[in-house]
Amino acid sequence: MLALLALSLIAVALAAPMITREARRWQKQRSDRRAASASAFDVPLYDPGRERRAEQRARELLRSCVNDEEWGMYRDLGFIRVEGRHARRAADGRKTRAPYAYLVYPHKPIVAYVPETGQLLSEYCVEFPDLGVGASGRSRLPASDDVLAKWMALTSDEARVIRQANMHLVGRQLDPARLRKDLWRLAEWERRRTGGAVGRSSL
Amino acid sequence: MKPGHGELLLAEGDRRVREDDERLIQEFRRQLDEGMWAAVPTVNSGSGRREAQMIRDYGEIPPEAERVIFFPRASGG
Repeated sequence: MLALLALSLIAVALAAPMITREARRWQKQRSDRRAASASAFDVPLYDPGRERRAEQRARELLRSCVNDEEWGMYRDLGFIRVEGRHARRAADGRKTRAPYAYLVYPHKPIVAYVPETGQLLSEYCVEFPDLGVGASGRSRLPASDDVLAKWMALTSDEARVIRQANMHLVGRQLDPARLRKDLWRLAEWERRRTGGAVGRSSL
Repeated sequence: MKPGHGELLLAEGDRRVREDDERLIQEFRRQLDEGMWAAVPTVNSGSGRREAQMIRDYGEIPPEAERVIFFPRASGG
């Protein structure tokens, strides 16, 4: 009996390091699992109302910055027309039709066209990515903020934003038929707004 | 304007008050250092149309400007 007890003690003593090692490994695996599940919960929960509230604020900000006509255009048609820089310079003080202009859509390329003829010129693909520390690059501006950013960039430093953009022929991302329809909608919108005095001002 | 969040108030104050002005300058520089563009909505004195003025230096902010809007710099999409 005594011999059996001694043998058991020796066996336990010999196995002790192995048991300790296994216990530590199990403990480490357990803490790793806990950390993993904790970090999964640390990710900010998706708040469906946050984007809606952000967009609402963005619309207010856009409305406070652009002209009444441009705001009405965006509210009713979903895009804004911005006259080209040289056009604005020539048109300042004179009521002349702009030689070229841009259609500014949210999260879509800027489209250059000729208002006189409705000829579509080119698409300028531009975005305003999050460059902040820890930015995932996946988040983007609310739709109205994107339009405002394009509007500010075009009206303040058109050359710079066009230089930064990737230029393509119309049709790469936007359907030319859809664009022509938007120009027609814009012309109709202006005709209604001015009581029929404008006619084909945007075509 | 911050992607994923929209409009955020970064700092506010009276530029005529020195402490406020210093705080505004600091925030302005921090935003530009982070790669943001700054613009001020203005009204064209000739045509009366609203437009934006890009601001590259704190001193360029028009005295009558009520706000400076920071937005991510444009890049090719």
